[in-house]
Amino acid sequence: MPELRDLYQEVILEHSKAPRNFKKLPNANHHAEGFNPLCGDRFTVYLDVEGDTVRDIAFQGSGCAISKASASMMTQSIKGKTLAEAERLFENFHKFVTTQDHHDADSAELGKLAVFSGVAEFPARVKCATLAWHTLQAAIEGKQDSVSTE
Amino acid sequence: MTPAAKAGYAQQGASPRIELDVQAIRAEFPILQRTVRGKPLVYLDNAATSQKPRFVLDAIARYYEDENANIHRGVHYLSERATADYENVRGRVQHFLGAAKPAEIIFVRGTTEAINLVAQTYGRTHVGPGDEVLITAMEHHSNIVPWQMLCAEKNAKLRVAPINDRGELLLDEFENLLGPRTKIAAFTHVSNALGSINPVKRMTEMAHRRKIPVLVDGAQAVPHMSVDVQAIDCDFYAFSGHKVYGPTGIGVLYGKAELLDAMPPYQGGGDMISSVTFEKTTYNKLPYKFEAGTPDIAGVIGLGAAIDYVTDVGMDAIEAYEHELLGYATEKLSAVPGVRLIGTAAQKAGVLSFVLNDIHPHDIGTILDQEGIAIRTGHHCSQPVMDRFDIPATARASLAIYNTREDIDALARGVERVREVLG
Repeated sequence: MPELRDLYQEVILEHSKAPRNFKKLPNANHHAEGFNPLCGDRFTVYLDVEGDTVRDIAFQGSGCAISKASASMMTQSIKGKTLAEAERLFENFHKFVTTQDHHDADSAELGKLAVFSGVAEFPARVKCATLAWHTLQAAIEGKQDSVSTE
Repeated sequence: MTPAAKAGYAQQGASPRIELDVQAIRAEFPILQRTVRGKPLVYLDNAATSQKPRFVLDAIARYYEDENANIHRGVHYLSERATADYENVRGRVQHFLGAAKPAEIIFVRGTTEAINLVAQTYGRTHVGPGDEVLITAMEHHSNIVPWQMLCAEKNAKLRVAPINDRGELLLDEFENLLGPRTKIAAFTHVSNALGSINPVKRMTEMAHRRKIPVLVDGAQAVPHMSVDVQAIDCDFYAFSGHKVYGPTGIGVLYGKAELLDAMPPYQGGGDMISSVTFEKTTYNKLPYKFEAGTPDIAGVIGLGAAIDYVTDVGMDAIEAYEHELLGYATEKLSAVPGVRLIGTAAQKAGVLSFVLNDIHPHDIGTILDQEGIAIRTGHHCSQPVMDRFDIPATARASLAIYNTREDIDALARGVERVREVLG
C-alpha cells in the first residue's frame, strides 16, 4: 500500500509552502503557460536564455502541493544548465516518476529531485509532478499556445 | 420488492416523518461491502456517479441472459419481449417524471446528449444571428458548451444570469436578461458544484410570460427529489440514469410533444424512419424520430429497474433523509478549523463543496483516498463557477441514499488528517 509520507515528503511540503523563484521574470525571453484541465492547476514558466544556457528561471501560478513543489525545485535544478541538459533532466525525471523500481543511479543523477520518488505510487498525481516540466519544455520550444497535460 | 422498501415507516408527532432504513439499503449495494486501501469504502462521489443496487445489476444480467434481442424489428419471441420491456420502461419514466404521454420520453446517452440534441435541433431551427440563449452562472459545462457551439455557428449571443456569494441565482437579473431576442433559456435544477436548488417553476413562468421555451438540466435533481415536469411546465427536461442508481450510457430527454413534433431529427439511421427511398425519407413518429439506431436496450432495462428502486424507497423519504444528512454534514464539516464551504444557498441538495485553508483540493482528495474515502476534487466541469468564487477548485462530497452519519464522521476525521499531513 502506498504511503502518504512517501508522497508528501518534508522537502516537498516545504517547497509547496514557500516556493522558490516564484515570481515573474522581467527580462524573460521565453515563457509558456501550462494547464492541467482536470484539476485546474495552471503555471507560467519564465526563462532568460542566453546562448544555450538558462541564465535565470522563475514561475507563477497555482496548483496542488505536488505541482507547486515540483515547479519550485525544477527552477532550482535548471538554473545555469544548458537547454540540452534541461531536456535530458526532464526525460530522466519523467521516467523516474512513472517507474516504481528506482535504481540508485537514477536518484543520483536527479539529485534533490529524487524526493519525488513517491509519486510513482500515485499514478493520478504524475501529471501534477510533471506539469511545470511540460511547461518548461514548451517555453524552450517557444510554443505560443498553452500546453495541457491532457 | 426490495428489503429496504419494506423497511418501517415511523410517524413522529403531528407531521409525519418517513424514515428509510439505511442499513437495509446499504446491504443492497454490493460495492459498499468492499474495502478500499484496507478501509471500509466511504463513497461520497455520488454527484459524479452513484453506485448500483443488486436489483439494477440483476435486471441487466437477466435481460442479457434471458431475452436479449433487437427491438422494433423482429417478429420472433425474444424481440417481442425485449421491445415490450423497453417500451414499458418508457411508460415508467413518463410516470416518474409526471409527463403527459410516453412519446414525450426520448432515450439518449445521458444529460449531455439530451442538451446537445435540443441545441442541435430546436436550437438550430430557432436561433439566428443576433438572437440570444440565456443560461446561468452555475451551469455544468454540458449546459454551456452546446449553447456556445450553437451561438458560434449562428452568430448568436450567450447570456449568463449571475449568482450571489452563497451560490444562489439572482432571480431579478435572470428575469431582466429574458429579452425580445432570447430564443431559449437553459438552466440547471440543482447545481453540481454548489448544490443550489433553482426555483425552476418560477423561472419557467418568467420565461413563458415572454413566450421563451426552457430546458431544465435535471442531472443532479432527479436522484434527490421528486420531479414533476408538468408542474414545472418546462419544455425540456434532461437527466442521466447513472446518477440515479442506474447504469452508465443511458439518460432521458423529456420534451413537450408539440415542440418535439416540430423539431427536425437529431441523427439519421434505422428506427427513426417510416420509409426510405434514395429520393425521400419519411421520418418516424415520436419518440422514435429521435432514437436512431439500436439503442442501449440493456441500459433502458437497467434504468427502469433503478426508477422502480427509488420509487419503492420513496422519493419523499429519500429527499427527507438526504436533507437531514446534508444538514448534519454541513454542521460537522464547518466545525473543522480552516474549512470554508463553497455554496451555502438556503435551498440545497446533495452537495458539499469546500476548501481547506490554502491546501489544494487535489491534495485533500489523495489523503482522503488513503482513508478509503472517495470524493471529487477539481472544478467539477464547472470552471465558470470556480472563477466566480475565485478559487481554482474545490473538494466535493456528494450524498446518496446509502450514506450515513458514520460516513460524514469519517469525512470530517479525514479532513482533520489532511490538516495534520499538510497543515
